[in-house]
Amino acid sequence: MKILKIFIIIFLFTGFSNLKSDELKSKILKNIRCLICQGQSVYDSESEFAASIKLIVDRKINEELKEEQIYEFLREKYGDWVIYDPEFKKNTYTLWLLPLLLFFFGGAIIYKIIKKKNEY
Amino acid sequence: MKNKFWLFSVIIFLIFCFSIFYKGLDNSNTYAPKIKDKKNIPIFEAKDFNSSTYLKSKKIFEEDVFYIVNIWASWCVPCRTEHPLLMKLNKNQSIKIIGLNYRDNLNNAKNFIKEFGNPYSQIIIDSDGILSVEFGAYGVPETFIIDKNKKIIKKFIGPINKDIVQEINLIIK
Repeated sequence: MKILKIFIIIFLFTGFSNLKSDELKSKILKNIRCLICQGQSVYDSESEFAASIKLIVDRKINEELKEEQIYEFLREKYGDWVIYDPEFKKNTYTLWLLPLLLFFFGGAIIYKIIKKKNEY
Repeated sequence: MKNKFWLFSVIIFLIFCFSIFYKGLDNSNTYAPKIKDKKNIPIFEAKDFNSSTYLKSKKIFEEDVFYIVNIWASWCVPCRTEHPLLMKLNKNQSIKIIGLNYRDNLNNAKNFIKEFGNPYSQIIIDSDGILSVEFGAYGVPETFIIDKNKKIIKKFIGPINKDIVQEINLIIK
């Protein structure tokens, strides 16, 4: 009975950790751009390149590399473009900050218009 | 006066947007990763094409010469067009061409070599494509030039042509 319990615990534990690594794998693959069919993520693509990347990501997860370390490995090989989610760094400041700037600029205009209307 | 300022700002903004999009028209719509810095060759162990023994990268690139790593497959049509040029490059004593057989059927690959000739001083097998990713390749054919310091100094995506062969010869000089 005791052995059975231990087996069940081990089974549940490995099942849970497999589920977790599968989730991580699909999250990472969805964030990698397929360089052969460039409109698709590696997760969706059936190309030879995507198949190799899927294997690599699987291997890196098994080697217990973190998500960011896997992205870094791919960035080093293929450049920033291979990852859908761009990093916040010198080259991408405009990309990240411009929408925020436009948002505040638009907000300021709307605020001014409303204020002016209320004055009349 | 205020209205004029707004109109002027909007026009400037539109011109700015137009010039960015207009410039973007010249850009290629397909992305190809470029080599900005010299990169070290990856450290790996790969199966030899002829003997099926495993070879270490250190052993493959041990000589003090320029190396060309050519990724090829028997099912790759452009590989056939570049093959005669590789055969010519093979005659150059100061370079060694390493073939990386990508995701291929071994018998088909051997027939390919039998039919078109063997320009490679060594062929290694990359059955799952992982080795190609280590090199930073994403398809076939791709060709890498490795200098005497064992650094990847140049990469050519797609089949090599006469201009590329000339460029390779210039680099090696």
